[in-house]
Amino acid sequence: MSYYEEDDLQRFSQIAKHRPDLFEKFMAWYQACQEDGALSRREKALIGLAVAHALQCPYCIDAFSQSCLEAGSNMDQMTEAIHMASAIRGGASLIHGLQSHNSVNKVSM
Amino acid sequence: MSTVLPVIQPGSPASTVIDFDEKLTAYGLELRAFAIDTLQINVGKLCNQACKHCHVDAGPSRTESMARETVEQVLSAIRKFKISTVDITGGAPELNPWFRYLVRRGRNLGCHVLVRHNLTVMFEPGQEDLPQFFSDHQVELVSSLPYFLEQQTDAQRGRGVFEKSIEALHRLNSVGYGLENSELILNLVYNPVGAFLPPQQETIEADFKRELTNRHGISFNHLLTITNMPIKRFLEYLRRSGNEERYMRKLIDAFNPLTVGRLMCRDLVSVDWTGKLYDCDFNQMLDLGVSPELPQTIADFDPEKFGRRRIMTGSHCFGCTAGAGSSCGGAVTIK
Repeated sequence: MSYYEEDDLQRFSQIAKHRPDLFEKFMAWYQACQEDGALSRREKALIGLAVAHALQCPYCIDAFSQSCLEAGSNMDQMTEAIHMASAIRGGASLIHGLQSHNSVNKVSM
Repeated sequence: MSTVLPVIQPGSPASTVIDFDEKLTAYGLELRAFAIDTLQINVGKLCNQACKHCHVDAGPSRTESMARETVEQVLSAIRKFKISTVDITGGAPELNPWFRYLVRRGRNLGCHVLVRHNLTVMFEPGQEDLPQFFSDHQVELVSSLPYFLEQQTDAQRGRGVFEKSIEALHRLNSVGYGLENSELILNLVYNPVGAFLPPQQETIEADFKRELTNRHGISFNHLLTITNMPIKRFLEYLRRSGNEERYMRKLIDAFNPLTVGRLMCRDLVSVDWTGKLYDCDFNQMLDLGVSPELPQTIADFDPEKFGRRRIMTGSHCFGCTAGAGSSCGGAVTIK
């Protein structure tokens, strides 16, 4: 058995079995965020895809891959978004190398 | 194997089937025709392509083709009942031996003639002059190009189709099709290359215009988005790829009651290569004829009886009511 079950994505709303008021508020916010606004639905889907990869959430990756296709994005565009997320993750790790250098320098002659 | 997909209620046992008519009833809707503006004529299943999503199962080995006698019956109905628009489809309709005769006679009868032209058929022997023929008869063209990139187009329509399609579009542009201020209309069709819904029509149209202009110098009028119907070859793909239930759930979850009033079946009658009548081309491929109390063939067609007819439905109808809706004229609800 896997900790992650594909069907759980379809059962997301069952989380509202407890404290449905909170889930209702979450869903209203979540859906409003994805509508066309200053950013297009397509741009938001690509952001969602990138964030999903940064968080490494398999449900979100599945959902936002579909959203991107249905917003008219192609695989090159989606892959660029994934590289952006990955590059920022990589950069975020790498810049912490200075913390390491600082730590070493502090105790070195 | 059945080519009609059962509709599964999300979250319910697989045996629970959603009925499209019940869905309409739940919204207080009923699906009836309101006019007969268009006669859609499917002249046969022969095609030079064998696209993976084809709801007709068309291809080079198909032999079904409308005979001269049936063409005459169709023309007789057009003349008698003053049908304003004929929409000729296939297969590749140009491969029917009576295709050009049908177009000429239709135009002589004062019809607006629309042809669903797959672009690459103009490279078949004897079809090289199609752009000029279409232009001479002021035919409106609707041509499939599922994406503005080669990889996606060839994945759906076969290797080499994109390159040939681009060349065909150049030839159509060269006789005036799709150009600004030209009366020769060239609309393209987007189909999703897979088990997902089409994007917003106006958004993807802007992408197509930008990319086809910049990459290939091609012009066209409008892009129509059409949802892949879960029947025939596309259904086989859904089953093979394990996407069947998920795709149907997607269609049902995206049911949009605002689409129902503008579905193509409400002002169109479809006739097959044998002369049998249907509410749409999809019903035709499922052999789901018009309501049994109505005349069943074009020879007996009577618009008085068809104008308010009850539309025959099936689970595939969810394909036309999902999201912005889908029809042979593209999305049915546009912002």
